[in-house]
Amino acid sequence: MKRIQTLETKDLPKSAEKGGCGECQSIVNLCE
Amino acid sequence: MIHRYKSNGYNIIIDGNSGAVHSVDALAYDIIGMYENTPKDEIVTQMLDKYKDQPDITESDIRDVFADIEELIDKKKLFSKDAFAPVAFDFKKRQSVVKALCLHIAHDCNLACKYCFAGKGEYCGEKSLMSFEVGRAAIDFLIAASGTRRNLEVDFFGGEPLMNLEVVKRLVAYGREQEALHNKNLRFTLTTNGILLDEQVMEFANREMSNIVLSLDGRREVHDRFRVSRSGRGSYDIILPKFKKMAALRNHRNYYIRGTYTHFNTDFACDILHMADLGFREISMEPVVAPPSEPYALTEQDVALLCEQYELLAVEMLKRSKKGEGFNFFHYMIDLEMGPCIIKRISGCGVGSEYLAVTPTGELYPCHQFVGDEGFLLGNVYDGVTNTALRDSFKLCNVYTKKECGDCFARLYCGGGCAANSYHSSGDINGTYKIGCDLHRKRIECAVMLKVAEAFLRD
Repeated sequence: MKRIQTLETKDLPKSAEKGGCGECQSIVNLCE
Repeated sequence: MIHRYKSNGYNIIIDGNSGAVHSVDALAYDIIGMYENTPKDEIVTQMLDKYKDQPDITESDIRDVFADIEELIDKKKLFSKDAFAPVAFDFKKRQSVVKALCLHIAHDCNLACKYCFAGKGEYCGEKSLMSFEVGRAAIDFLIAASGTRRNLEVDFFGGEPLMNLEVVKRLVAYGREQEALHNKNLRFTLTTNGILLDEQVMEFANREMSNIVLSLDGRREVHDRFRVSRSGRGSYDIILPKFKKMAALRNHRNYYIRGTYTHFNTDFACDILHMADLGFREISMEPVVAPPSEPYALTEQDVALLCEQYELLAVEMLKRSKKGEGFNFFHYMIDLEMGPCIIKRISGCGVGSEYLAVTPTGELYPCHQFVGDEGFLLGNVYDGVTNTALRDSFKLCNVYTKKECGDCFARLYCGGGCAANSYHSSGDINGTYKIGCDLHRKRIECAVMLKVAEAFLRD
């Protein structure tokens, strides 16, 4: 088994380029 | 900025700036902890000494971990740099729209909960109910201030909203007319203590409310300690059958059983599990909001106990989930793959600009927790937001304006936390509330651990 396993996660730096449309609804709970 | 922690047998690394999550073995966990500040040859020496009883760990293994780390650094998924600060200071220029209103439909309540931040529902003012005319003006204001956004939210809040049910019904009907005229999708929500829930109310709520919050604190003795009638009688036995029926009628979706824990039930995981044992599947439990002088206020000494409870809860949830008896806990419902974009994560909940509270007389405040504090009056539903300087101060309030957030791994999961809690704790919306931060960090750790566990189960 690999010693480091990386989970699939949102690419936050990329979301700085495309995000911010304002169509979102603790903040951890969604983009619409 | 990385955060390393151990939880439920997992070794977890959160890369704070990229949002990447890694599950690692003990050797990689140790090496990552030393990687930035220790020469590689020294790491090799120390690791070979530490793991000398494990002959399968060789220098080659250790150098393989170095290579894996370098690969992750190249991919900007480990020890990644903060690239978002320039984004944060443009927020004042951003055109924001109003997305949601919290309608204080009743500044009155049929309970007298001793910990209520709204002072038995009256917000330290006179008892009052919102008129249909004020509510209608609020909906008109929301539609006019919402720009091109289609999904709009109106929460009926109090006090106890069902004490003004006829106005609630008329406002929902008015909202339905207006959404058709303006191509909007209005979603109504309701928070209730349950006393006035009957079959007619349930039928109306299930037809019109996209989400309902039902207030229950857990075990009978815990609930009845604070949630009492005006004559001091506990409400657990009155509301529980109604809440069970309500949850069943909603097919156990789109509702939350929502409790408050205090200094007197620092074993709150027992209350959450009690609610799960009662059959509720959507559960939330929040720390009490109270001045430190109150005997039920949470203390610094409580924090370690409370963090243990969050851990116990996460482990028990995992066990129940494996047996097909799972339930949702609001703070552990984190979406690592499709969560909020970075703009949302930096700017937080929208208090004061995207989300406003409306008093029974139509005044606008940044959120329900600021209502009644005249220093935070933003305007009214007829003239809109007139105190634009105050609104802009909320727009600019973000994780980069709070110095305590600077080295916190959780800042992009909490958006800087609750402005009202910060203000009441530090006197400044750009401050922080230390106990709240400690608890939030623990909840994020537990939520991420559950995601790691899910990934392992899937594999």
